[in-house]
Amino acid sequence: MQFWLIQTLNSIAFGGLLFLLSSGFSLIFGLMRMPNLAHGAFFMLGAYFGATFMNWGANFWIAALLSGLAVGVLGVILERGLLRKLAGNAQGQVLVTLGVSFIIADVCLMVWTGDPVPVPAPQWARPPMFLMGYAFPTYRLVVLVIAVIAAVLLYLLMERTRLGAMIRAGVDDMEMARGVGIRVSLLFMMVFMLGAALAGLGGTIGGPIMQAYPGLDADMLPLALVVVILGGVGSLMGAFVGSFAVGFIYNFGTALFPDFAYVILFLPMVAVLVLMPEGLFAGSRQ
Amino acid sequence: MIPALEITGLSKRFGGLVVTRDITMRIAPGERRLIIGPNGAGKTTLFNQITGDLRPDAGSVRLFGEELLKLRTKDRVAKGLARTYQILTLFPQDTLLHNVVLALLGLRGERWDFWRALRRRSELFDLAHDALTQVGLGGSGDRLVAETSYGERRRLELAMALAQKPKLLLLDEPLAGLSQNERNAVSALLTTIPRDVTIVMIEHDMDVALAFAEQITVLHFGEVIVEGTRAEVVADPRTREIYLGE
Amino acid sequence: MTRSFIALLLIAVLLALVPFMMDDFFINLCSQILCYALFAVSLNLIVGYGGMTSLGHAAYFGIAAYAVTWLHTVAGWDHLTSAIGAVGVATGTAAVFGVLALRASGLSFLMITLALGQIVWGVAYRWVALTQGDNGMRFPQRPAPFGIDINGAMSFYYFSLIVFAVSVYVIWRVVNSPFGASLRGARDQPRRMRMLGHDVWMIRWAAFVMSGFWAAVAGLLFVYYQKFVSPYAVSLQQSAEVLLMTILGGASTLTGPMVGAIIVTLVKNVASTYVERWNALLGLIFVLAVVFMPTGLVPGFRRLISRKKPAAAPADETATPPAAAPERAS
Repeated sequence: MQFWLIQTLNSIAFGGLLFLLSSGFSLIFGLMRMPNLAHGAFFMLGAYFGATFMNWGANFWIAALLSGLAVGVLGVILERGLLRKLAGNAQGQVLVTLGVSFIIADVCLMVWTGDPVPVPAPQWARPPMFLMGYAFPTYRLVVLVIAVIAAVLLYLLMERTRLGAMIRAGVDDMEMARGVGIRVSLLFMMVFMLGAALAGLGGTIGGPIMQAYPGLDADMLPLALVVVILGGVGSLMGAFVGSFAVGFIYNFGTALFPDFAYVILFLPMVAVLVLMPEGLFAGSRQ
Repeated sequence: MIPALEITGLSKRFGGLVVTRDITMRIAPGERRLIIGPNGAGKTTLFNQITGDLRPDAGSVRLFGEELLKLRTKDRVAKGLARTYQILTLFPQDTLLHNVVLALLGLRGERWDFWRALRRRSELFDLAHDALTQVGLGGSGDRLVAETSYGERRRLELAMALAQKPKLLLLDEPLAGLSQNERNAVSALLTTIPRDVTIVMIEHDMDVALAFAEQITVLHFGEVIVEGTRAEVVADPRTREIYLGE
Repeated sequence: MTRSFIALLLIAVLLALVPFMMDDFFINLCSQILCYALFAVSLNLIVGYGGMTSLGHAAYFGIAAYAVTWLHTVAGWDHLTSAIGAVGVATGTAAVFGVLALRASGLSFLMITLALGQIVWGVAYRWVALTQGDNGMRFPQRPAPFGIDINGAMSFYYFSLIVFAVSVYVIWRVVNSPFGASLRGARDQPRRMRMLGHDVWMIRWAAFVMSGFWAAVAGLLFVYYQKFVSPYAVSLQQSAEVLLMTILGGASTLTGPMVGAIIVTLVKNVASTYVERWNALLGLIFVLAVVFMPTGLVPGFRRLISRKKPAAAPADETATPPAAAPERAS
């Protein structure tokens, strides 16, 4: 019983992390029509930044916000410096993000070495919680709460603000958005920054669970891909549902069939592709 | 007699927008049919449903009695359907001959030949040359499409369709964007197409189109409004309403 | 005919003489280049001629390498049967993955190939019982085709050269065949091709499977050369590396990917003697290549030449259309 409870909680917490990662990935994909293959690297960078900021004496939350900010700025530099030069060449943009992800990964290896860097959870969240006689890892609950807060804030941003309305318009129909006078290039920058910042924040938040280690980027990127393939491009709701679905599949897969966790993870994606390719890719086909 | 093209109850909607509303049409073998209608009347959309680029919600499309809707585009083409595009859809980096050869390959088993060099297939190039000659481009076969004029490209569109020896040819504004001289030349060319090819044409140039067609269908908001001979359609008040009324 | 024929002859003689001009280190380097060049040419079948950019091509390369090792060392098959079996397994995987990936086109295609490639990586890395995980598998002994020992640097180079030459010749035939023309047509105007009666899906799938087949042959060369295979062979890095070779040299030409393979392999080997890591450099070249040379080196170079001598553009070179910067309509 304890096993199932804990695994369920782990899955939910991991799903929350995935949401922080893939909501930005999905929005960028939906708006700019390109998968940002540096997104896993952004997440990893967030984890390393978090650890470093805390080493310098920042508390956990400050460190998380600073990481988000730092990675967000990096995102802006990437978008303004490179991606914009390749406007209209989506394939070139994708390859550039891939190249950048390799550079980031290698620089991380140089700076933080090959050994995993632990990211400490906030002091108060370290001891387990006891509910109805079962011990729960407190921090996983914290992650869940953060993810839900982030989801609500993103929802409000998308549905209740001018920026959100512009993003939705751009995802639906770029030409129309341009036509009604939305400054698309500014919008791209802001969404890229938002997505990068969310990934960076997610990196620090996920740090206590996953640690920061070389290869974290390559582990996370495919998960974001699967979430988006399952949940649909540019859809917050899709990213939310997809994240928790993948969280469960990945966690239980790893716990029950460690050799095949990765394969199991991709099975739903394969099923979706076989059964309803049109529906899920309708937005990105063009 | 079995009609060359028989469309029955064809309907298509995108959400709330009805683009084809219960269209029914019979076109006899060898007929020249003109489809006219204001922009957004659903003319090209109708073509796209006949060719299979678009799947209708309901109805039937029969080519010489054979249902097309269950077939993929390429299989409809194999049954004798060909079309040209209003927006030029060519292979601009290749020669005119190569463009026509691709059209010929589409209906031949050799397209799955992985081994023998295409350029050694002189019989294909001879046929392609014939098709180009038919549209007056016989001397330009080795030029790249990118280097030709707009009028020449329009003719190439036609040559590619004719090379396939279709039974039913759909022409989507074959005169669009041409100068008056070129219009006359291309429309003269259209009259030379033998009668074993049935032709359905969308065209805005009324002078040429009316001279060419025997039967005319007027579409408006996805619906057949008037159908009949040249004189009938021109005399019908509903035609005037659509074209002059607004 | 004559000029390109002479050039080809010259290159062939040069390639055949390589072992007499260099020491073992460079001969081995050349063998490595031949292997990667074949790998890149195989990928270019779909990337350049088919307009389908894959980020999971290492899967077929690596599966062949793993399969031949497993069949030979664990299942105990002889060299030839293992090799045939391995190519079969890899090509079969390409056939299945092709069905899945071709559900989409453009960037969605790229994402799916990446995800499928990661499945293979996951198996190679995590299914330790089969693949020995991170430790990799050793391939103890090179085969001896027709009883000829190819353990030496020179003899292995000639072995690679023969495999490479035969493979590239076959690919060249395919590219110039009616099928090759249809493949390029499907890249440029898929909708028109359907309307001309072509089965665009089948054309793409056939190209995908062929591409997987030749990647598998390259994978065999790889494992014979290294006598070792690890999850790196099926990693995203490996897929990215081969895509970089293809794009850097110039997709949609036959020689472009070879030039790309030469440059990338040389840079990689030179760099590894000075810096510990290659990934940042790989990433940097990637970014620079995409930003500054979107069509690649070979087409750019060819344009430069044809600008000097406008009449020199050989009319019979259908394999390598000059300045073929296809507008990818997908």
